[in-house]
Amino acid sequence: MNKEVLIIGGGPAGLECASTLLMFGYKVFIVEKGSELGGHLRKWDRLFPESISASETLERLLIPSKKAIVFDETEVSSVKLKDGFFDIILSDNTELHVHSVVVATGFKLFPAEKKEEYGYGVYNRVITNADLEASFKNNSRDILQSKRVGFVHCVGSRDEKISNRHCSKVCCVTAVKQACEFKEANPDAEIYCFYMDLRMFGRGYEDLYLKAQNKYGIRFIRGRVSEVAENVDGELVIKAEDTLISRPLKVTLDLLVLMSGMSKNPDNDQLADMLGLDIAEDGFFVQHDPTINSIKSKIKGIFFAGTVTGPKTIPETLNEARSAALAVHKYLSE
Amino acid sequence: MIINGKKKIWSDYQKEIPDDHYFYVRSCIRQNFFPASEKLFLEIVRDRLNLDFYETEHHTTCGGIAYHSDTIPQETVMTIVARQFALMSEAGYKNYVASCITSFGLYTEILDTWYHYPELEAKIKENLWKTTRREFNKPEYLAHASDVVYKLRDKIASQAKYKLVNKDTGKPLKVVEHIGCHYSKMFPSKGVGGAEYPYVLTGMIESWGGEIVDYPERRHCCGFGFRQYMIRANRGYSLSNTYKKFESMEPFHPDMIITNCPGCPYFLDRWQYVIKEMEGKTYGKEGQGIPVFTYEEVAGLVLGYDPWYLGLQMHQIDVEPLLDKIGIKYSKTDKYLL
Amino acid sequence: MNNFGYSISPSSRIDLDKRDNDKFTRIVLLEPGFRKCMACGLCSSTCSGANFTDVSLRRAIEMIQDGQEKSAIVLLKGCMLCGKCNIICPRGINTRNLIRNILKVYMEELQ
Repeated sequence: MNKEVLIIGGGPAGLECASTLLMFGYKVFIVEKGSELGGHLRKWDRLFPESISASETLERLLIPSKKAIVFDETEVSSVKLKDGFFDIILSDNTELHVHSVVVATGFKLFPAEKKEEYGYGVYNRVITNADLEASFKNNSRDILQSKRVGFVHCVGSRDEKISNRHCSKVCCVTAVKQACEFKEANPDAEIYCFYMDLRMFGRGYEDLYLKAQNKYGIRFIRGRVSEVAENVDGELVIKAEDTLISRPLKVTLDLLVLMSGMSKNPDNDQLADMLGLDIAEDGFFVQHDPTINSIKSKIKGIFFAGTVTGPKTIPETLNEARSAALAVHKYLSE
Repeated sequence: MIINGKKKIWSDYQKEIPDDHYFYVRSCIRQNFFPASEKLFLEIVRDRLNLDFYETEHHTTCGGIAYHSDTIPQETVMTIVARQFALMSEAGYKNYVASCITSFGLYTEILDTWYHYPELEAKIKENLWKTTRREFNKPEYLAHASDVVYKLRDKIASQAKYKLVNKDTGKPLKVVEHIGCHYSKMFPSKGVGGAEYPYVLTGMIESWGGEIVDYPERRHCCGFGFRQYMIRANRGYSLSNTYKKFESMEPFHPDMIITNCPGCPYFLDRWQYVIKEMEGKTYGKEGQGIPVFTYEEVAGLVLGYDPWYLGLQMHQIDVEPLLDKIGIKYSKTDKYLL
Repeated sequence: MNNFGYSISPSSRIDLDKRDNDKFTRIVLLEPGFRKCMACGLCSSTCSGANFTDVSLRRAIEMIQDGQEKSAIVLLKGCMLCGKCNIICPRGINTRNLIRNILKVYMEELQ
């Protein structure tokens, strides 16, 4: 089989889809906007719920996909559908002539500075979940020595004000995971998680929550943080609400971690125009048959994989990627 | 504190403020508490900077106090505002500047309502015609007087005689800026700097040499409101809000407070006396209280006007310690002479 | 002082910085399951006394974690130690032990 497939996006979804397609014997091109493959996975330290290493996981995805032809720091400039072929021109003027396309462009982390009341980018001691992962990776003593830490769930998700009504699914379990990891790094720390609803949907997540409370003594306060300010000593003064006893609450912290959610990739609109696909109100791509066939698009020969169609965990992304590869195989065998 | 983060937010909330040719409307109550503020504003823009600011004796209240106290319905207040706009169009102006921050909030709210509900605007047009035989046009630009002073702050700084600097230590004065709630909390895009980190007063203070204090209750309301202080039994609620603000700003030892609303400086100034009577606590160095100013008064002080001409003797908290800090010359004996 | 006709309202805000951590640590040692509470409300909904009194273990636990001990004790005084909450707690907390120890530790100074 010498048929050619283009995968737009070199993150976990793109890599796993490439490996499966290579296994079937297809020629695979990966177009990646950034300078390295791996997407957001490259930035993480440990993955929930078993705390396996993110970099080892990335290695395991990179190895079987090595035979794919990668165009890095490149984007898709134009797409023409003709006689069942896709004529693609990339931003470095390469011309490709492929039989099928898999869209795996993933998500963008919500820019936390947009929620001005939390003071990200204004106060030194306010960081995001991505910054904290980097701190774990680099063992930043400065951050990890904070005695009083707060985690704010749902930053950039479930919020009408910044037009992101959706739930980003994975931030709750990430917050619990990071809270436990922080306590392991600094056993004297006092940790608070400010949540609206705790979404512990996956296998092993509820046990992680129980461990966070029982073993590490992490306090979960049901109520959002409304304002963050610095007091005269440079510590953060947090205003929140304990909705379970209906009283406003104030606490002084040394570090605040904002759980930035999964937002749409800003390239989606342009990509959708080029491919002839639709974008839903939440900014992610519209799926043709979301329940039975989540990777199918409305155009024959174009398939989705991963968080491009909405927030997902890594196992779900990888399963979708394999499913998309199987769908490509079925399509190209007809 | 990472100042670049704040600068980026300020750059996101920029507002177009015209330089000249404004129709000015006064506040109902401001003249009573801070007598020289509005007069000084007109003196600065007309005499010192030679700009065209027109005001007419025919304009009325905007109806904001009545509207927010729930004594008149929305259509009445819209008709009153429509009449104000009619006066503006008849005088041949397109830029509207209000002295009071509640007015500004009300005008912004009404313009926004008319934008979303044009049938309501048509109805008010009819109301105005029936009651006064006037016709109105909506202003092209709506600004608050503090926006105008913000725009002109560098011109004022170039003519300034004094800077907001402690003359003994050479350090900039620590200034607490308090923005009226109706300025940007309802429509953050209509305020310079947005709602979280408003820049309109910060910009003025920075060009006049002072240093802004960022304290936790910065965004908190002073408690003026309308319903809550008009009835004596409710006034404790207003007082508690101001008390909360003072408790929060005290560790930073501010030298002065600057505001851009008619009610806020009134409360922040007078309630310090009530807190002293109730709690026995006075703020500021040596227990002399923290003086509160409107932005026009501060502009007047840096330009070198006589403090008693500016009406500062009407303040409850004595301003002399601050004047001494800046090094402004004034006559102690002339304080209460008219 | 002048009679102003109004006064400063006290703040009802919980200040977590002001919690008495010594007593809290003692409760945790006496009943470690205390930390497992997820405020699901099964205890207070099955409580025999809840229909007739203010007793609510869920609210009491939340209040103790917020440092509002006095209010918490008021909510536990009417407890008859019947044990229904003990049977139903999905996290397996020994609620009767917890209630007895909360009342013991926080009411000590009143004796």
